[in-house]
Amino acid sequence: MKKLITTLILLLPSIGFASGGVALQHVNNDLTDNDSLKAGAQLFVDYCSGCHSADYVRFQRIGKDIGISDEELLKDFMFSADKVGETMSIAMDKADSKKWFGVTPPDLSVISRSRGTDWLYTYMMSFYLDPSRPFGVNNLIFPDVGMPHVMWDRQGWQEAVYEEHDGHKVITSLKLIGSKDKAEQYKKDVTDLVNFLDYIGEPAKLQRLALGWKVILFLFIFLIFAILLKKEYWKDIH
Amino acid sequence: MAKILNASREWVDARFPMTKLWDEHLAKYYAPKNFNFWYYFGSLALMMLVLQILTGIFLATNYKPDAQMAFASVEYIMRDVDYGWLIRYLHSTGASFFFIAVYLHMFRALLYGSYRKPRELIWIIGMFIYVCLMAESFLGYLLPWGQMSYWGAQVILSLFGAIPIIGEDLAIWVRGDFVIADATLNRFFIYHVVAVPMVLLGLAVVHIIALHEVGSNNPDGIEIKKNKDPKTGIPLDGIPFHPYYSVKDIVGVTVFLILFSAVVFYAPELGGYFLEANNFFPADSMQTPEHIAPLWYFTPFYAILRAVPDKLMGVIAMGGSIVILFALPWLDRSPVKSIRYKGPIFKFALFLFVIAFFGLCYLGMQAPTATKTLFAQIFSVIYFGFFLLMPFYSKIDKTKPVPERLT
Repeated sequence: MKKLITTLILLLPSIGFASGGVALQHVNNDLTDNDSLKAGAQLFVDYCSGCHSADYVRFQRIGKDIGISDEELLKDFMFSADKVGETMSIAMDKADSKKWFGVTPPDLSVISRSRGTDWLYTYMMSFYLDPSRPFGVNNLIFPDVGMPHVMWDRQGWQEAVYEEHDGHKVITSLKLIGSKDKAEQYKKDVTDLVNFLDYIGEPAKLQRLALGWKVILFLFIFLIFAILLKKEYWKDIH
Repeated sequence: MAKILNASREWVDARFPMTKLWDEHLAKYYAPKNFNFWYYFGSLALMMLVLQILTGIFLATNYKPDAQMAFASVEYIMRDVDYGWLIRYLHSTGASFFFIAVYLHMFRALLYGSYRKPRELIWIIGMFIYVCLMAESFLGYLLPWGQMSYWGAQVILSLFGAIPIIGEDLAIWVRGDFVIADATLNRFFIYHVVAVPMVLLGLAVVHIIALHEVGSNNPDGIEIKKNKDPKTGIPLDGIPFHPYYSVKDIVGVTVFLILFSAVVFYAPELGGYFLEANNFFPADSMQTPEHIAPLWYFTPFYAILRAVPDKLMGVIAMGGSIVILFALPWLDRSPVKSIRYKGPIFKFALFLFVIAFFGLCYLGMQAPTATKTLFAQIFSVIYFGFFLLMPFYSKIDKTKPVPERLT
């Protein structure tokens, strides 16, 4: 953990857009890795979709894209919806959740596109104990976040290491309390989860990457003929 | 078979000037034979206009101009509509590439004096196209209903408020509400898909008719109609647009499409320049983003707006930076048209102008700091100086003799 989080200066309470000056940790996720996507989907439905909707994402599409059968979807991934054609919406009322958390948990369909995958990875890595907060945790890159550390059972708890700077207490790093056995597994878990979020952010991305080079190759071949045609017509122009 | 085709053509020609139009605008439209790289961008801009209209029609079949549904309907297009993502990226990337083509097309005019007599009207019609295009892209940018759509429109429409006396009422009248809201989205949608495109198409036709009336300029800035074959009356340095330039433009189109496809398929966001990350947050009237910047093709003018400390004067300066372009044909007093025969002063002025334009483009994207604002002010002065001082420096500049025939 220690090498991952660099020195930071806590800025003014952020309105929730900035990373608060913390260097983001890079995530190396692989959209073609179906096992990772599947693990990420499982984590998502187990940990996230209690509060966070993904209103534009259909279970069936996930199943088709990353290889999960309809039966498996119904058994392991769908807890409140009963038709695979449904979207990953939630039953929690927006007004209620606002009362409980102070803010309605945002829809996560395109969160990877607005926040970026590195931000999401860093965010999930940056919860630390802070008794002043309602859920007892705060987040380095999202100060005073309303969300509890839902994956604490996978990571354990982190505490902040402080340093004095011009009379201000500044967090220099986060330290895992107790056993570090789960640290590597947690990194993998978060990578899988971010991978899944990256995928649902733009399900057509793989299709786009696969189609692009064919289009460009065609255009290059077409270009040869276009140049030859032009030369043929223009040979008598001086 | 040939007989039937011939008879059909004659039948139509007796009722509609089909062959006449074909000849006048393509087969017997004589264009100078020395068009270079810069002359691709007119046809490319036309292609982008057609592409935007076609992809726009397909997008509109699934888009919902409703504040509650707009953001979701765009994601519906991206996910549930077959190849909807492709249509959407073609349209969003197309907007930026349209502007690239138009900016290079305008720069060509600047290089070779294509706005000079007798082509003043072509330039002015082109300027109207450019203004319409800016309106079109501003209107369209609201439609995805993301945070940048919302707050970008909020910032720009609030500029109306700077107009004395009627400003605030005018802004409310344009928005249809006190803030950007459903009413604004609804009207922007219909302006974007019907009103402005109709004007754009009409202007594009008028632009081409005017061009074909006087004939194309060329990199030498010489009128090819001055040297005609005494027997045929065809300009000696002219070649029929079709097939010569139609086949040449196919090459330009293909290269352009290769670059375009590279962006559409491999970098549709282009690092936030073509699609901004903040626009994937749904519009939220209660939360202002930290940093609001328009898309790259507006940032030079946005930088000019911010360079002026006073809001009203800023709006006037921004408006002035566009309006002054209309006067270009009368600002240039050089005896020659093309940069090839212009002197060192003009070349240096153009060089400064290009730096200032790119500088403003960059600064308009950045959050303002004291240093950046100072640079924006310097570049703004250069921008206006380039045009306002042109009557003087273009007149005293040492020019080279222009040859009789194309080189």
